[in-house]
Amino acid sequence: MKTLEELKAIRDKMKNQVGIRSEEENTTRVVVGMATCGIAAGARPVLTAFSDLVQEKGLGNVAVTQTGCIGLCMYEPIVEVMEPGKDKVTYVKMDAEKAAEVVEQHLIGGKVVTKYTIQK
Amino acid sequence: MYRSHVLVCGGTGCTSSGSQAIIDALESEIKKNGLETEVQVVKTGCFGLCALGPIMIVYPEGTFYSMVKEDDIAEIVSEHLLKGRIVSRLVYDETVVEDGIKSLNETDFYKKQHRIALRNCGVINPEAIDEYIGCDGYEALGKVVTTMTPDEVIETILDSGLRGRGGGGFPTGLKWKLAKGNDADQKYVCCNADEGDPGAFMDRSILEGDPHVVLEAMAIAGYAIGATQGYIYIRAEYPIAVDRLNVAIKQAREYGLLGKNIFGTDFCFDIELRLGAGAFVCGEETALMTSIEGHRGEPRPRPPFPAVKGLFGKPTILNNVETYANIPRIILLGADWFKSMGTEKSKGTKVFALGGKIKNTGLVEIPMGTTLREVVEEIGGGIPNGKKFKAAQTGGPSGGCIPAEHIDIPIDYDNLISIGSMMGSGGLIVMDEDTCMVDIAKFFLEFTVDESCGKCTPCRIGTKRLLEMLDKITKGQATLEDIDKMEELCYYIKDNSLCGLGQTAPNPVLSTLKFFRDEYVAHVVDKKCPAGVCKDLLSYSIIKDKCFGCGMCAKACPAGAITKTDYVAPGKKLPAYEIDASKCVKCGACVGTCKFKAIVKE
Repeated sequence: MKTLEELKAIRDKMKNQVGIRSEEENTTRVVVGMATCGIAAGARPVLTAFSDLVQEKGLGNVAVTQTGCIGLCMYEPIVEVMEPGKDKVTYVKMDAEKAAEVVEQHLIGGKVVTKYTIQK
Repeated sequence: MYRSHVLVCGGTGCTSSGSQAIIDALESEIKKNGLETEVQVVKTGCFGLCALGPIMIVYPEGTFYSMVKEDDIAEIVSEHLLKGRIVSRLVYDETVVEDGIKSLNETDFYKKQHRIALRNCGVINPEAIDEYIGCDGYEALGKVVTTMTPDEVIETILDSGLRGRGGGGFPTGLKWKLAKGNDADQKYVCCNADEGDPGAFMDRSILEGDPHVVLEAMAIAGYAIGATQGYIYIRAEYPIAVDRLNVAIKQAREYGLLGKNIFGTDFCFDIELRLGAGAFVCGEETALMTSIEGHRGEPRPRPPFPAVKGLFGKPTILNNVETYANIPRIILLGADWFKSMGTEKSKGTKVFALGGKIKNTGLVEIPMGTTLREVVEEIGGGIPNGKKFKAAQTGGPSGGCIPAEHIDIPIDYDNLISIGSMMGSGGLIVMDEDTCMVDIAKFFLEFTVDESCGKCTPCRIGTKRLLEMLDKITKGQATLEDIDKMEELCYYIKDNSLCGLGQTAPNPVLSTLKFFRDEYVAHVVDKKCPAGVCKDLLSYSIIKDKCFGCGMCAKACPAGAITKTDYVAPGKKLPAYEIDASKCVKCGACVGTCKFKAIVKE
């Protein structure tokens, strides 16, 4: 390593990875239902898609976690997005491609992807 | 990319309570559940809460598991890592609140702490240089060599008010300035990692948890004073720290952060380790450098000071591990940021190793000026078993005690000296009402007698005579005149010893004499140990009228000193027992066995 730029490149790459270990108040939480019903319906690829994309895009204020059964087993895989100071948004019947859309439009763009949310 | 990071403490404390077995079990369970591409296990340095080890934190949730056992791992993996259900029975109970789990930073132990020197300990993998760089590592070194002059670096450190964390509290910037001012063909930067105070382990924890911070700071120091070679003098009893330092030095060399032409500039700097054999005197700067040179570790008179004539006769600076750990942050965030913390003459934070009679044994970093009460009662969680706080010992064998009447004193260099103690390297041993202050003074004196190198007479012979006087007192054979003589000898040793070891060795005696003279007098005049510790002044006896004659005490006695008598107390059926004082070894084993509280200690 001979330049500050090289150091910065490593730093930026690692920041997204070690950033998961900070405990900030102002984080958006993405919670994936990972009970038996969720796993059976395919929640794991959804979870990994979210966590990979959030780190790839460097979304430092988003934490991806799992939770147990939310109670709507027929809608699994279910993903809840909780932004500080906003109402919870619940996405249902998710898969990895839909997850990518949610990351792009909701987490980055700030616009809820209504077509995947729970229908009244 | 990993969605979850499991941080397991790999510091010495948690390693000895089995954290390596936990890491192995975690890795195999994670594999069994097919999570190896999703969950990363990271072995970190010390989290600070050693009393609750082995410790594990799961991110992104920040769930803090304490006292984890190997058998718990399968449950943690299948419940938490796979299904996201936190195993609440294993969670640190301080973090559990009614509606779930609160952040670790909100707990009493962490709330009042402010981590600068320990900022990466328990957060990064100390054996991965990339993780250190990800936490702004080596940015300060880059900034210094490419944009600052050596004088600007020294000015920043001077301005920050940083003082040596190893004990003396000498301004770090001034030390650097003096070394820079002396021209020589070769200068040296040394790191004192010969942490020898009983009860202090913050330097070890920094080296184990964040070794790169020390390397980076030493390189900055090298740039500032014009040195190209650094030495870390570390005791061989710290094998984990030695290993991690070796790994860190190798990685830094591979990245070109140590070696020739750092960041493409003319600046060259390299670091080597020197292992010490664990002699306490080698923590003294001249003895340490003599030892690096390959000679027997003995101090020499100052002046000349190391900044003029140090290692191999060249200008040298020597700083402690914790001092170095503050440097990169000061460079990055500025002197004003550092100055904003602390008291008028003591800036920044200080790490303390909490030990003794306290609930949360471990490592804490607090802003200077925090009161002892906050440290003991809030961060430390108070004294176990409802006992009363009696005193705290700071500065180890060179320091003194802070009695209960001074518990509200804001901790900084000058306040501690004003009451006859010292900051020292930061060991803080808490004592409760069951601690005998004469016995404590004797304990530290035994240590200094063992560790005195023997070069100068006041220390070699003086501390030995001092210990003999203390021994006489604890045996009840001393007179009041002996106390006065002892005090006189203390001042003689302080004034005439060659190095810091001897000059500070009488401090534990002087400070306990100052605050607890009545305890010394009780040993001498009443032949009693008020705390019930000094065995020669204790006697155990059985109140015969309370004795039911069950014989449990006689069974427990290892010396066969308890026998049956002919006396049957009124209202009892069996004959009472008695203790033969000439056979009694005063172990106290009988007291615990007696259900009727018939055995008394005096």
